[in-house]
Amino acid sequence: MTAPHPPVGPDSGPVDGVADVLIIGAGVVGAAIARTLAQYELSCVVVEAGNDVGTGTTKANTAILHTGFDAVPGTLESRLVRRGARLLADYAGQAGIPLERTGALLVAWTPEQLAALAPIEDKSRRNGYTAIRPVPVAELYGREPHLGPGALGALEIPDESIICPWTTPLAFATEAVRAGVTLRLGTRVTGVRAGGPAGGRFGRPEHEVVTDRAGTLRCRWLVNAAGLYSDQVDALAGGQGGFTITPRRGELIVYDKLARPLVGSILLPVPTDKTKGVLVAPTVYGNVLLGPTAQDVPDPADTATTADGLAGLLAAGQRLLPRLAGEEVTATYAGLRAATEHRDYQIRVDAARRYACVAGIRSTGLTASLGIAEHVTGLLAEAGLPLTERETAGPPRMPYIGQAGARPYQDAGRIAADPAYGELVCHCERVSRGEIRDALASTLPPADANGLRRRTRAMNGRCQGFYCAATVTSLLGAAHGDQPERPAS
Amino acid sequence: MTVPARGADPPIPPAPPAGGKIVTDVLIVGAGPAGLAAAIELRRLGAGRVLVADREPGAGGVPRHCAHTGYGLRDLHRVMTGPDYARHYARLARQAGAEVLTGTTVTGWDDPGHVTMTSAAGVRTVSARTLLLATGCRERPRSARLVPGTRPPGVMTTGELQQRVYLHGQGVAGRALVVGAEHVSYSAMVTLAHAGARVVALVTDEPRPQSYAAFRLGAAVRWRVPVWTSTAVTGLSGRDRLAAAELTDLRTGAVRTVACDSIVFTGDWIPDHELARLAGLDMDPGSRGPAVDTALTTSAPGVYAAGNLVHPAETADVAALSGRHAARQIAAMLGRGRPDSGAGHQALPVPVPVQVEAPLAWISPSVIRDPGTPPPRGRFVLRSTEFRPRARLAVSQDGRTLATARLSLRPARSLTLPAAWLPHVDRAGGPVRVHVKEWA
Repeated sequence: MTAPHPPVGPDSGPVDGVADVLIIGAGVVGAAIARTLAQYELSCVVVEAGNDVGTGTTKANTAILHTGFDAVPGTLESRLVRRGARLLADYAGQAGIPLERTGALLVAWTPEQLAALAPIEDKSRRNGYTAIRPVPVAELYGREPHLGPGALGALEIPDESIICPWTTPLAFATEAVRAGVTLRLGTRVTGVRAGGPAGGRFGRPEHEVVTDRAGTLRCRWLVNAAGLYSDQVDALAGGQGGFTITPRRGELIVYDKLARPLVGSILLPVPTDKTKGVLVAPTVYGNVLLGPTAQDVPDPADTATTADGLAGLLAAGQRLLPRLAGEEVTATYAGLRAATEHRDYQIRVDAARRYACVAGIRSTGLTASLGIAEHVTGLLAEAGLPLTERETAGPPRMPYIGQAGARPYQDAGRIAADPAYGELVCHCERVSRGEIRDALASTLPPADANGLRRRTRAMNGRCQGFYCAATVTSLLGAAHGDQPERPAS
Repeated sequence: MTVPARGADPPIPPAPPAGGKIVTDVLIVGAGPAGLAAAIELRRLGAGRVLVADREPGAGGVPRHCAHTGYGLRDLHRVMTGPDYARHYARLARQAGAEVLTGTTVTGWDDPGHVTMTSAAGVRTVSARTLLLATGCRERPRSARLVPGTRPPGVMTTGELQQRVYLHGQGVAGRALVVGAEHVSYSAMVTLAHAGARVVALVTDEPRPQSYAAFRLGAAVRWRVPVWTSTAVTGLSGRDRLAAAELTDLRTGAVRTVACDSIVFTGDWIPDHELARLAGLDMDPGSRGPAVDTALTTSAPGVYAAGNLVHPAETADVAALSGRHAARQIAAMLGRGRPDSGAGHQALPVPVPVQVEAPLAWISPSVIRDPGTPPPRGRFVLRSTEFRPRARLAVSQDGRTLATARLSLRPARSLTLPAAWLPHVDRAGGPVRVHVKEWA
């Protein structure tokens, strides 16, 4: 389904045709900045090349809400991860974003790794995270009886959590759009004509942002949150550069929900000089995740899995959790982290140019998103963006797609009020017709089957569409006014 | 054996209440051929109230979307298309007085006395004296087969393909590859052709096709579709739509890329065993269905399993006969006046396992509790992972040979072993071994 995307949000757009702020990129970071700026008297436009929010690094990662215990102390990343984790945990509670505080166990398998535990504990304390503690081997196996043999020691990080990486950016974007932000999906920025020096209230003349689908958009302030493309956008915008994005691909395997009892906490590897290692984590959808690999790739769109990558993960899984090998694989995928040559985020605001660069948000962007948004908003204010608070509706209440809480199919009252919630369409994930209908009618409706997957979990289960894909495609096609002959998408 | 229920229909029990607890003699999960055949037989035998729950909007199971003919041979002694067969069974079940609840998902259970289900009518609990699991099987999707590459639209299983084409009128355009060369693969090929796609080839990692010669000839002559043997799909590419498949020749290691817009992964069946596993039933490691004895009893008292849940996948008629077999065992058990609640069933005797050795993959039933009860159709069902055209199978227990049988082994093809040796099994003995003794 490649229908053009009408802008979501107020049709009129900015009053004088010039937005106060234009954000390039609606990943979790761009969406977080948009919902934070939406708290103020500003006109704001978000331009996103993908056909949905969160289609880049945001959607395909390990979905962990980090404590930041292992960040590089003293970095901006360390500070914003810690701050962002608190803000997001709070926001998740209000918005109904699936979140489980499973805790993590960092497990050492070699004498070298065992020796690394004490320095990691020390680093955690320097990062301000003091709840970390050593766990004796007997206690480790008591808590994780299915762990493979040979663990020598572990650290417990009780506040590491798992979160839904799909609902999070959708909640941010929904809140932003409902508060008046215009979201232009499926719109790629092809050029920027930077405005002149600041002057007057906002400075003039304004920036002109050239796009492939929405013509030229004008704005006073420009925010680059383009993730894997942020170095390219920085060059277009005449930024100061100084960083290059090298996409680092991580492949992951998702195991069947029947494997979920095999693991209690997130099982983290001890990073060494040679390798970052592979983790095992529960997911908020009730599955078990194994990964990621780490491979630098030249193409910021190369999310293909590889035979070697998957084979390596299977071998690692065999050692970490031998019984995983007896369970079915539900999905495999690969995501790309926006790594740079630097050990920290690349965030800076150029007051003279009225330009913010928010780049190099490697693999902690989901956790840090609200911290980053708060930080960037502060920098923009310091640089002269006038911020006047206004009344907004606050976080939206998102449909709950986690496994730990009650889903509509379990809710007798809800089905009594609306029988569509009792009519299951996707059997593996127990997604009702009512939930699909709601997603199709939501503030940010899905553009295609993948968008529907991220909103409802439909077709994400063990059968991968054997039972439901045809029905779901028909529902999606009907919502998009397609002819029934249309092949799947 | 013929399907019963001529003449006066049995009285139809009152409709289940729209909430609260439903009490029944038998709850069958799954209204496919096995579940419906069991329901009909149970009603014929006067087993009381029989409830069939199915999560799909229509009764009949997988045959609902198999437009080809060949259904009904062994169970109904006639031949019809899949949808006709599904309708026929659904009608017979209703006429027999079974209550078939479609659009009803069994979401959890502890024992037959405590089953939870969801439908548009609400969240309800069922208390059954006995439970029959007939949840069938599905094909392993691309992800479970660990085929690397991108994840574009256009990648599907036969089940999805058939529903798209026959239930939803969706077309499939362009070039298509079919992965597999067993019966279902040929069905996928015909469905694709019907939907407007051009089938480039059937691709199998086996050295030869596993289906009937007639199907192979049909593919070659009528549809002009080649079968590429000893060939594995080792990658997929394309972003907004599938663009190509990477194929590796397993004999030479040569890799080539074949352009295609769709790819259908066929066969490689896995039982839909979620409910069986949620309640902790003993599972058979080979078939991955619940381990059942020759009466199709699982490891939990009062819980039976039949059809392709225990032998993934046999044809619909074999599944139906399996369901009918389970029904007779259930009816006999209920007739003996066993206690009402699931928890109150008598403890089951310790079973004798039936174990297969490579290249045999699994056998069903896979445990023996009563050597006096023959399995459905008087046969065990097996699968092989390799071709052994003239194999001699030996059945033995504690070093004592119980039987030998000649069989032609082919991967993914149904194999059966007559159960005449069953009465000679020593209930107190060790496992029964089934292995390939020699082959030509």
